[in-house]
Amino acid sequence: MTTFVELLVNGISIGAVYALIALGFVIIFKATEVVNFAHASLLLAGGYLVARLWPLVGFWAALLIGVAAAALVAAAIEFLVIRRADVASHSVLAIVTIGVDIVITTELTRQIGTDVLAMGDPWGSEVVRFGGVTLAETRIVALVTAAALITAFLLAFKYTGWGVAMRAAAEDAETAALMGVRLGRVSMSAWAVAGGLAAVAALFLCVFPTPGLDRSTSLVALKAFPAAILGGLDSTTGALVGGLVIGVTESMMSGYQNDMVFLGRGIGDVAPFLVMLVILLIRPAGLFGTKELARV
Amino acid sequence: MADLVVRDLVVGYGPVRALRGVSMRVPSGSIVAVLGANGAGKSTLLRAISGTLRFHRGACRGAVTLGDRRLTGLDAASVVARGVVQVPEGRRVFARMTVEENLRAGGLGRPRRDYAKAHDQVVELFPVLRDRARQRAGLLSGGEQQMLAIGRALMAGPTTLLLDEPTLGLAPLMAARIAETIKEINSLGTSVLLVEQNVAMALSLASHAYVLEVGEVALEGAAADLRAGDEVRRRYLGVADAVEGTLETRTLSRWS
Repeated sequence: MTTFVELLVNGISIGAVYALIALGFVIIFKATEVVNFAHASLLLAGGYLVARLWPLVGFWAALLIGVAAAALVAAAIEFLVIRRADVASHSVLAIVTIGVDIVITTELTRQIGTDVLAMGDPWGSEVVRFGGVTLAETRIVALVTAAALITAFLLAFKYTGWGVAMRAAAEDAETAALMGVRLGRVSMSAWAVAGGLAAVAALFLCVFPTPGLDRSTSLVALKAFPAAILGGLDSTTGALVGGLVIGVTESMMSGYQNDMVFLGRGIGDVAPFLVMLVILLIRPAGLFGTKELARV
Repeated sequence: MADLVVRDLVVGYGPVRALRGVSMRVPSGSIVAVLGANGAGKSTLLRAISGTLRFHRGACRGAVTLGDRRLTGLDAASVVARGVVQVPEGRRVFARMTVEENLRAGGLGRPRRDYAKAHDQVVELFPVLRDRARQRAGLLSGGEQQMLAIGRALMAGPTTLLLDEPTLGLAPLMAARIAETIKEINSLGTSVLLVEQNVAMALSLASHAYVLEVGEVALEGAAADLRAGDEVRRRYLGVADAVEGTLETRTLSRWS
């Protein structure tokens, strides 16, 4: 039973981190209709800066710079590439983002080399015990931080002028422009927010019990893609639920893999994608996605 | 306050010419009607004024000016900031947002203190928008959606309002109500450029009217003159008794 609770809490915690990534993915899709395959590279860029800068300026300043830089890089991608591309279809832009991803990731991989970089976080490998349940401090901080950021985002999305502009532009860009909404600003801010969230996620993907940031970190981030897709690409609620589903599934499958040897080792890594496939077979638009409606 | 002037406007969507040299003037404080059949270029004219041609891959030549300021070349948000606001055809309310949020979206470009005042004016004009503030806009009736679309545009504080077929698909009673409202908005000092297929309604509201035919101004004049003469009826409505016979033969020849 205690194992179950530990796995569940760890799963929710890592799921909340996936949700941060998936949320960024969804915001970008809603604001610009671009499926952003460069998301993993934004995450890696933010995490890399934190790991390199904390010995120089301290952890908190490094985190701040990492988040700001990832937001800036994302905004720059929007401004320099997405906005200028005069293409007929958004699928073309999705492929463009794959190119951007390759460029950024290749350079960062070259910088990182074979190192495993510590994040310099103040929580280290401390654990907290509740009764018989042992939890890493980092997992609790991750859960609380992710929950706070997601709540703040959703409140802003619902109540601020920025949120109203964003939703209006997502629903009908031309009409939003006719109402005076500046679409360029909306889409750039969407990219920046997504970049910042990805950098925070990078931190929590690389702290204990993970050894640190290395060149394969961006692959871990890929698990947030099924989270965004199974929730429905255009739904913020979907991103949250999707993140949690993936996190808990992965944690449970890894934790109990000894009882499921017939599935083979490493089922935890495959599970997110299996869950996504099953859900998409039942609900093609994802759990909360908008169904494509066509008038005949 | 300034006149909205369109001069030699040519608009093309790729190889297709939608407007070929259209000129017109909306004097400050007036209601001007633009009439024309489907495909005459009415909506294209409004897109060119509002700066939304790029959403339809269109490009324009010629000039649109408000007073001594040029609107051509500006993006849609900047045109709104100059005080020229459009209510698009088919209402296009944000269906997934509440009525209140729709109004808010309309007033986003304004300072907060102007916002409350504009909001009071709009709900006074359309009390139903206050009653349904928390409902999703998609659940409103067609007429209510049209009121919301007009209210949303008014939130931006326009000096010139562009209306694209505001009575399309509405019950006659609701159409009359919308017509009343347009008159009321105009009486408060806002110029109106009204694009309509409902000729009788448009000519009763407007002081001046233009008839568009395949991208050109085929006819223009004081609304009263157009109403009195049968030129508009003959050219554009095609309901004069005398032409009934020819219409019939044309139909027959097309289908035979």
